[in-house]
Amino acid sequence: MTAGTGAKPEASSLSLLVVLAGAAALAFLISLAVGPSGLGFGPPGEAGVIIFREIRLPRALLGALVGGALGLAGAALQGYLRNPLAEPSLVGVSGGAALGAVLAIHLGLAAHFAFALPLGGLIGAAVAMLAVVALAGLHGGPMTLILAGLAVSAIATALISLALNLSQNPFAAVEMVLWMMGSLTDRSLTQVWLAGPLIVLGMALLLSVGRALDALTLGEDAAASLGVDLTRTRLAIVAGTALSVGAATAVTGIIGFVGLLVPHLLRPFAGHRPGLLLPASMLGGAAMLLVADVVLRLVQPWVELRIGVLTALIGAPFFVWLVLKTRSELAP
Amino acid sequence: MRLEARNLHVRLGARPALAGLDFAARPGEMTAVIGPNGAGKTTLLRVLAGLLPPAAGAASLDGRPVAKWPAQELARALAYLPQERLVHWALSARRVVALGRLPYQPLGAGESAADARAIDSALTAMDVTHLQGRPVLEMSGGERARVLVARALAQDPRVLLADEPAAGLDPAHQLTLFGHFTALAAAGRTVVVALHDLSLAARFCHSIVLMQAGRVAAAGTPRDVLTSEHLAAVYGVKARHVEIEGVSVVLPLEVLP
Repeated sequence: MTAGTGAKPEASSLSLLVVLAGAAALAFLISLAVGPSGLGFGPPGEAGVIIFREIRLPRALLGALVGGALGLAGAALQGYLRNPLAEPSLVGVSGGAALGAVLAIHLGLAAHFAFALPLGGLIGAAVAMLAVVALAGLHGGPMTLILAGLAVSAIATALISLALNLSQNPFAAVEMVLWMMGSLTDRSLTQVWLAGPLIVLGMALLLSVGRALDALTLGEDAAASLGVDLTRTRLAIVAGTALSVGAATAVTGIIGFVGLLVPHLLRPFAGHRPGLLLPASMLGGAAMLLVADVVLRLVQPWVELRIGVLTALIGAPFFVWLVLKTRSELAP
Repeated sequence: MRLEARNLHVRLGARPALAGLDFAARPGEMTAVIGPNGAGKTTLLRVLAGLLPPAAGAASLDGRPVAKWPAQELARALAYLPQERLVHWALSARRVVALGRLPYQPLGAGESAADARAIDSALTAMDVTHLQGRPVLEMSGGERARVLVARALAQDPRVLLADEPAAGLDPAHQLTLFGHFTALAAAGRTVVVALHDLSLAARFCHSIVLMQAGRVAAAGTPRDVLTSEHLAAVYGVKARHVEIEGVSVVLPLEVLP
């Protein structure tokens, strides 16, 4: 890269992705190796195999898939909406997934049938996506998408409150609240198989819009004049987010801030290029969620934290930092 | 490539933005689109670029309606430089100019040697090579404008549609910019510029389309169009079209009552 005088050197795109992929792979291995049954890949013998296959492997796989989905969807939405504060929950699918899961608990389905929870989440996410597309239309601008997402989220939140309010059974209410906090624990490989293919399909859709997002840096007219199909881009963003984040939320509950934080932190390293930020945030999101999950396991003897709570605890101060940074940039 | 439009009608909200407008721009020429605020210049350029489907009529490039061109092929033939100088992320100037090469890059391919050459020569043409590593968001308005023109030049278009490309540029860079546009036209390209600066239109353009309320008020050579009568009728100003040291200048003198 030939940088002009006074310019920050721009990391080559390949080395950035290699470093992030290495970090994600390392975090994945650590996630497999750390747990209450000790360090290493489980105790020897059959118990070790069972712990590895039934507990650690699904947890690490879900951590990587869900973190990757959240980071990637966050980067895609920030690029499409050209707003660094956009995050996956903005388009309403996580709200829809949460509502679906809450209804599965409320109607007692989850008590009879273990997969009612993730299935309810998937159906909720799909309904939310259809509602958002129906509301926002195929050809509108980014603003209509945000408004439609907010409207659908508001409806989902209202119905979740209603379900909590009407809940006859305090245990069901507690279960709903805990589910919404997000968790990677006690998930099986079956759940990985249920959500994994949908998450990967959604990721593929989101990764396909890199060029379009680069071109959108110059606004919609300039992007269209560079040959970008804006309608296809919008569909790929909405469907990709719904599939990846919807499926992720359906199995883990709501995990906030990863989709906001990761693209934001990685953007300077990607030379602010929205296209390159997509794979970078996918790898970075996977690494971040895996590390957060390992931290949870390490503090588990003292305090039982849910991962959605931890990401919120890290993410909220980040907002304070953003405010202070923006204020100092605007100061004379 | 010949760029034409017949009987264009466009409504923006309740207001008719174009009302039965005919347009033609020939290769080898620079054509100015002029007219007061709200005359429909930007709307016309957007229709010509295929960005806005007209309610009636059609724009065509080389005899083929722009809506029928495959997007990628159209993007290689025609570059559109919007009036708003949007750059949403802190990309370096070189990265912004490199976006002009997107229509030439197969999916997943990086920058080729030909891309790098086109980017370098566009940066040089707009005198921004020394700024190429700097984020565009940190530049002055005029510097940013030049980087964005370089983006359109890097696209190596046979047809260039530029909406107010000279606004906010200092005199030296205005002359350089129009020098390059003139060279493009001389090389057989079709150049269309929407302009407020009537002197630039008089001096550099081969033909002028004077618009008023979505219609053509006058079209032809600068001498035919930039008459005191037309300027009084369309702009409501008393103006004189004079020559100073062989250079055409249009001087608005006062607003007519």
